[in-house]
Amino acid sequence: MGRLAAGQRFARIAAPVLVGVVMVVLWHTLVKAFDVPKYLVPSPLDVATALVQDWALLSRSLLVTMKVTLLAFACATVLGTLIAFLFAQSRWIEASFFPYAVLLQVTPIVAIAPLIIIWVEDIEAALVLCATIVAIFPIISNTTLGLRSVNPGLADLFRMHRASRLQTLMRLRIPSAAPYFFGGLRISSGLALIGAVVAEFVAGTGGHAAGLAYQILQAGFQLNIPRLFAALLLITVAGVLLFLAMAWLSRLALGRWHESELAHET
Amino acid sequence: MEIAKDAAATGAAPARDGRVPVVELIATEKTYPSGTRALDAIDLAVGEGEFVTLLGPSGCGKSTLLKIIAGLTAPSAGRVRWWQQGFEAVGEPGRRLAMVFQEATLMPWARVHRNVSLPLDLAGAERAAAERAVRSALELVGLEAFARHFPRELSGGMQMRASIARALVTAPNLLLMDEPFGALDEITRNNLDAELAELWRRRSLTVAFVTHSIYEAVFLSTRVAVMSARPGRVVREVAIDEPVPRRESFRVSQRFAAYCKALSELLAEASAPVGAQN
Repeated sequence: MGRLAAGQRFARIAAPVLVGVVMVVLWHTLVKAFDVPKYLVPSPLDVATALVQDWALLSRSLLVTMKVTLLAFACATVLGTLIAFLFAQSRWIEASFFPYAVLLQVTPIVAIAPLIIIWVEDIEAALVLCATIVAIFPIISNTTLGLRSVNPGLADLFRMHRASRLQTLMRLRIPSAAPYFFGGLRISSGLALIGAVVAEFVAGTGGHAAGLAYQILQAGFQLNIPRLFAALLLITVAGVLLFLAMAWLSRLALGRWHESELAHET
Repeated sequence: MEIAKDAAATGAAPARDGRVPVVELIATEKTYPSGTRALDAIDLAVGEGEFVTLLGPSGCGKSTLLKIIAGLTAPSAGRVRWWQQGFEAVGEPGRRLAMVFQEATLMPWARVHRNVSLPLDLAGAERAAAERAVRSALELVGLEAFARHFPRELSGGMQMRASIARALVTAPNLLLMDEPFGALDEITRNNLDAELAELWRRRSLTVAFVTHSIYEAVFLSTRVAVMSARPGRVVREVAIDEPVPRRESFRVSQRFAAYCKALSELLAEASAPVGAQN
């Protein structure tokens, strides 16, 4: 059994790492072999150098982007949950407003971002608003679904024991919704980052409030491709870390009882 | 059929033997908004201390009948009386209902202990008293060592025990059970049946039980109401006049076999006119 567990751990961690290493080595070899210029495709070494040399600049931008992302994620979580509770209260409310939530979801953020940036004077607030719009939908739809996904037998039991609306909400509907909510959280965290980056692209803000998207734009104009890659790498790593944090939170909350998390045990 | 000699439908008359009727159904009908007729006029009474089983094929509306008794579904015609009063009286001391569902229906996020104490928590019971009640309910079903476990860590039979403990924790005056052991294997089911029979006797419970198993009905009941296929009707009531406690030896006795034969003939008869549906 120990051997099996070790094998699984290898499959889960070592195998993807190995693939990554092979890819990087391959990338490096190809770039060197065909003598590709740095301003087209930099080698991994060039990217690493850029990352170290431009760290002061890039880390400041990373902080700016992360701030927008986290603020938007928090707004989406709080607002989305509140809206979901409202929707779950009555089918009428849901039927009246859900189509507009969908509308918000399907409208490309690049299309409305310029408007928002004009309307909202504070640029950071505008960026947060854009990212919130992108991130909020999974929270609304998942949490609403969760609040409605109550075991009918348990609902009968609560009714039989004359549970109040508040008791039913606190003891039945919220716990039933938790797995759905955390599922929404995972998707939404990634979307918040995407929303933040896209909004920065549209806003094109420079100066002290320059985010990673601005660095990518600038690096592109200046054909500083290694820096562009380095900024891209930072966005990716930030996205993965966010996702992992959400997965960890979900396991912390549901690990004891929910099937989706139990699978990790065996 | 000697056994079924006093089996004539007793109608809405108060339960026999001068027992106080715990629940009475008087010409109770149920038709769903879709037009499906689930229950034809049902007359049935459950007296205090009785173990009454509704026996019938799948889809005969026996679960609907139990839900009506539980106050979860309103009948479309007829009346239901609990302790000779309306539903408002239910829930007061001495007039408590509890129900065990087809599945264990436990809250997966809560430990066994918290699942069992749920009815008391909802009623805002005092903590120390609730704690004692939960402990004794868990002891009754033999789960005292599993109070800190989550439902998923228990076997199907143990989950059902926890569900029964949750029903017993309020010391209900009428216990409703909707095919509680239907999803379990036969060995587990027989064991739980025997334990339930023992609980019923020791705690002087009043039980309304739903099953489609003839053996289970005969083993457990003091009276069996045989139901026809949809729309459900009580075609006959059969008293199981056997001494309690019922031992395992009852299962293999000739009288047990005779009851089973009588009930299965009644079931076949009841299904015959609508046999075309199956």
